[in-house]
Amino acid sequence: MSESIFEFEVAVVGAGPAGISAACAAAECGRQVAVIDDTPWLGGQIWRGEQARPSQSQAQQWLDRLSHSGVTVLDRTTVVGAPAKGSLLAEHANGPCEIRWKKLILATGARELFLPFPGWTLPGVVGPGGLQSLVKNGWPIAGRRVVICGTGPLLLAVAKGLQKYGAKIVSILEQAPRSRVAEFGISLLRHPAKLIQGLGMMSFTAKMKFGVWPLKAEGDDAVRRVTLTDGHKSWTEDCDFLACGFHLVPNVELPLAIGCQLENGFVRVDRWQTTSIADVFCAGEPTGIGGADCALTEGQIAGYAAAGQTARAEALFAQRASWHSFRAALAKAYALRPELKTLANDDTLLCRCEDVSLGRVRQFSGWREAKLLSRCGMGPCQGRVCGAAAKFILGWGMESVRPPVLPARVGSLITNANQK
Amino acid sequence: MSEPILIQINGRPVSVVPGTIVAAAVAKAGEAKFRRSVLAQPRGPLCGMGICMECRVTINGARHCRSCQILCEPGMEICTDE
Repeated sequence: MSESIFEFEVAVVGAGPAGISAACAAAECGRQVAVIDDTPWLGGQIWRGEQARPSQSQAQQWLDRLSHSGVTVLDRTTVVGAPAKGSLLAEHANGPCEIRWKKLILATGARELFLPFPGWTLPGVVGPGGLQSLVKNGWPIAGRRVVICGTGPLLLAVAKGLQKYGAKIVSILEQAPRSRVAEFGISLLRHPAKLIQGLGMMSFTAKMKFGVWPLKAEGDDAVRRVTLTDGHKSWTEDCDFLACGFHLVPNVELPLAIGCQLENGFVRVDRWQTTSIADVFCAGEPTGIGGADCALTEGQIAGYAAAGQTARAEALFAQRASWHSFRAALAKAYALRPELKTLANDDTLLCRCEDVSLGRVRQFSGWREAKLLSRCGMGPCQGRVCGAAAKFILGWGMESVRPPVLPARVGSLITNANQK
Repeated sequence: MSEPILIQINGRPVSVVPGTIVAAAVAKAGEAKFRRSVLAQPRGPLCGMGICMECRVTINGARHCRSCQILCEPGMEICTDE
């Protein structure tokens, strides 16, 4: 197994909007920069497919800027740990590597929040963003019936995206009440670009219902129908896919492994996007769910700050404040209703890796005890799915992480141990 | 248009366009069951972004590969339902 060591002045983890903008900013100040990403493509989840099939000018501008910036792209490279200050352990198809840095920018993005309900483990029950990502890379969807439910602006964006690929959108069901989403719509007057994006999706309003959430999914080897409710009555809709996700939760595992402190579940940063650890910056969704524009602004601030160009960073503070007001409006509009805590029965699985039911997990006093005694959260996803769900349903804190932060090959860990 | 990529899924030949991820090729081959869970339940992709690990398959003999994150390459041999 080959083993390699890379050294950079600035290492950026994550090649979504925050990571790309941070890498560009630092490189344009003359720093030697690498951006590291798990996937074979650039752009993160939000711009997935933009490299192959350009459709958004904003994504194209940033991807072009990156390609002219001199930034080294380490793609298909999974960061699995941070064994010492100034060092990341990563895995590539060719084997393990060590990435040494002087400044580190964490742009690890967010994932969808999945909540358990009877039938949620059936094949065909997927995240809305997840289905969109799969479809962009060839997943067959033409002519298939899709029910989209959960919460957040992503639901409409996904409906529009899937329809382009020939999916039959059966319905779009938003758990938030219409009044709160309308209020959010009005707040977009301060963000005309977002408003225009929203208006582009108005063609779906006939298929959209507010204040509706799923009760159960059914099927034998795959989902065939979903039962929905508005809190008064319930009904069933047939589908080939149920795209269900409850907005986003930040990917804070790597920041935690490095020792960064959190605040209300997000990575705490100062005005320069510096975390509680010196020389470690964080930008985008891990600091608060604010979308791509917010991430682009924070990423640039982090990149300039990491390069020591504080004046250039400061020039973006007002723009960031504006996106932070959008971020606050987003959180308020799509807050989860308490009924969603009661969708799962005692025999519904909470942990999909180890097949541990919610009833079994409820017997314990907290996350740590549940992990030790039931193996909940101890499987390959390392609690990324069930941990976020347990936090919402049971109110358990789980802000600790153990290395490796993603499943790693034993060979990588041995290489790392031998280097010490 | 570039040449299609020929791979094998559970021993059967499948042709896909370049840029197709392994998960999509598996779905195209009509396999809904990517893996079997601890309690032998059928599972397929959930997150589509490399986090949930539900879409794990065996690729060229290497187990536990995240099929949503890996692009198809000529001659790949993929096994599901393990």
